[in-house]
Amino acid sequence: MDLKGFDRPGRPGGSGPRSVKVMIAGGFGTGKTTMVRSVSDIKPLTTEETLTQASADVDHLIGVADKTETTVSLDFGKISLNESLMLYLFGTPGQERFWFLWNGLFKGALGAVVLVDTRRLASSFRAIEEMERQDVPFVVALNVFPDSKDYPVEEIRDALDIPEHIPVVACDARDRASSRDVLVTLIRHLKDRSAVALESR
Amino acid sequence: MSAPRRPTDPSGLERYYVLTGGRSGPGGSASSLDVATLIVSLAAPVPGMQHEHEEILRRCRDPLSVAELGAHLGLPFNILAVLLTDLLEAGRVEARDPIPAHGVGRGPDLALLEEVLSGLERL
Repeated sequence: MDLKGFDRPGRPGGSGPRSVKVMIAGGFGTGKTTMVRSVSDIKPLTTEETLTQASADVDHLIGVADKTETTVSLDFGKISLNESLMLYLFGTPGQERFWFLWNGLFKGALGAVVLVDTRRLASSFRAIEEMERQDVPFVVALNVFPDSKDYPVEEIRDALDIPEHIPVVACDARDRASSRDVLVTLIRHLKDRSAVALESR
Repeated sequence: MSAPRRPTDPSGLERYYVLTGGRSGPGGSASSLDVATLIVSLAAPVPGMQHEHEEILRRCRDPLSVAELGAHLGLPFNILAVLLTDLLEAGRVEARDPIPAHGVGRGPDLALLEEVLSGLERL
């Protein structure tokens, strides 16, 4: 239980503002920023991390010979779920090799949406692997671009080797309602997982 | 790729050095700050305060995430975290981590998920 949330006297209305976060992952050019933009209440913003501190340990890993600053950007948006609860959506950096540099990029997230461009399935392999490795619950959303062939969802599930219990849905990341539906699918999936976890206790 | 980039622009690293007094990363209370952590001011700015501190207190009268604050102030996360540490330690702001903050291996609770779901369904 969270014991940090002691209310200060004089603050009306219970527990005060709260936030949850969801990550939008996927390969380069799969529509992450588009999805953040279409579903956000605010004009999407970009936040940056300048990586100077971490570089002593990781220089040789990422093949940077000289110690210079590296900037990793995150596009993000926000949805007001009710008067006290905000949902923040973060599009992961296009270069997946930088993900691990973000302290706790996925830590504290409810889960993730992995966007897949059906014309370039391989571009999202890395994102799916990363979700599995970091144990982040996720759903897969096929961003159906106008010129992509009509791939059956199950065929794509096989091609990406996605287990049966993880939802795979089609969406149009440019469309607010469609992007919202993907988030709904994610939250329903999380509910199922929590229910299973409770039963097996 | 081996030419060292030396920023000469005052908006670059030198500026950050000055802003943070040379501190490169947060310690203590701010080391757990997340991009989605909400910051809320607990006090009004006082005269003589560092400009950025004042700006943070002004913008966080209503809760604002660390990510939004960084975007509005044009500061990268780690620099902002140093400034927030100062304010946290002085008791001038409150930080609220996103939920579930560190519940690794334990899923978020069903009531919270219900709340998120009904919020999304109203969109």
